[in-house]
Amino acid sequence: MLRHALRIAWKDLRIEVRSKEIFMTVAFFGALLVVIYSFAFQDKSAIRAAVPGMLWVALAFTGTISLGRAFDRERENDTMRALLLAPVPRLSVFIGKAIAMGLLNLGVAVIIVPLLALWLNAPLFAYPLELAGIVIAGSFGIAIVGSVFAATLLKARSRDVLLPVVLYPILLPLFVAGTKCTAALVAVNPDLDIAHYWMDFVGIYDAAFLVLSLWVFESLVIE
Amino acid sequence: MKKLIVPILCILGAIGFVASVYLVFFNAPLEYAIDKDTGRLVGTSLFFNQKIYFFHVPHAILLFVAVFVAGISSIMYLWKHDLAWDDIAAGTVDISVAFGAAVLATGSIWAKAAWDVWWQWEPRLTMSLLLWLILVGYALVRKFAGPSADRVAAGMAIFGMVGVPFIYTMVGHDSHPASGLNGVVATQGAAMRPAFWMSFATFTCWFTALVITRVQGTRAEREVRELRERALDLGVIE
Repeated sequence: MLRHALRIAWKDLRIEVRSKEIFMTVAFFGALLVVIYSFAFQDKSAIRAAVPGMLWVALAFTGTISLGRAFDRERENDTMRALLLAPVPRLSVFIGKAIAMGLLNLGVAVIIVPLLALWLNAPLFAYPLELAGIVIAGSFGIAIVGSVFAATLLKARSRDVLLPVVLYPILLPLFVAGTKCTAALVAVNPDLDIAHYWMDFVGIYDAAFLVLSLWVFESLVIE
Repeated sequence: MKKLIVPILCILGAIGFVASVYLVFFNAPLEYAIDKDTGRLVGTSLFFNQKIYFFHVPHAILLFVAVFVAGISSIMYLWKHDLAWDDIAAGTVDISVAFGAAVLATGSIWAKAAWDVWWQWEPRLTMSLLLWLILVGYALVRKFAGPSADRVAAGMAIFGMVGVPFIYTMVGHDSHPASGLNGVVATQGAAMRPAFWMSFATFTCWFTALVITRVQGTRAEREVRELRERALDLGVIE
């Protein structure tokens, strides 16, 4: 099952590496967000307090946009049906999609984080390992829950706006935990205990929703 | 019997409403505390405003229950593929969006009286808001998602229900009066108990009656839609 999943993830990533469509546009969108932040938040002395929120809002926005676009690609060529009909377990389709989306989100985050540190002079790299951990956990959390709903919404009307409407209330604990973890890392007096607590929180959140997604994916995505 | 449930609940609710208004305003004591300096009883900052507790807490409990009713019926729907379960989830959510609005409004009034701000980002109020947002999202999906609305909404209800412990952990603990076994409901003074439970029973009757009516409405809507589609297929109507 995992082998098929990896193959599906590899297929998605190869399309993306060749066309670079989603990565380029969404990463540029993320960069624009950082520019907007730097004009919207004039008080640069309060940057430590503002930057965790900026990071996670940017991850939330770019995450939903790339999810919507990635699944649109399957819809345009009607290849989602082909994927679901393929003689592999449907769960492989989900896992493959989630892996590909997680890596794509991570790629975008790799652009956003240094830009935030550079343009806003934010001390994001004080604890690079912890920050990487929470960003990876967050990217995959968004990808897991997002893949389920982007796939379910594939045939829905006004799916572009419904995707965030559905995702954000469910993902809010993850965003808040990510923000609190990042805040603990960039504070004047960094508190690693708090940061680790919220990293565990996001880890458990990811695990719980991964299990739940594996349970419900087949009944939700039936074409 | 089935046809009688809603009228009976409505009558019980109507009687209960009068009774709970009486108990709340004429029977339950006003909020006093012992003044530290003089040692005498004085009205607290809440005083008369404490009365809103009798309306706020039952609504909040019902909002919480509704999230689980919607979640569990959605699981049953995905499992059994029986649209009757979907109707229950949809009807419950419709009504609890209104009840959730009441929770937030009364909570806001309480916050103004107790903490002198209209909105405080404190745990229980935040939690009610987040649960309410899930329900509003559910209602929006139902209305606007078109053909696959039922499955998207069912997924949302299930994910929302599983998210409750995370929301609960995330919001932490703060200034809100405590809930649970050591909370205000369990430890409230004997004089407040009749008013609280009467009001709780009233709103539960009222809520159940509304939900049943709404579920019947949802089912009727669906049946009309199905009939129409069938008639269109048969060419009876254009």
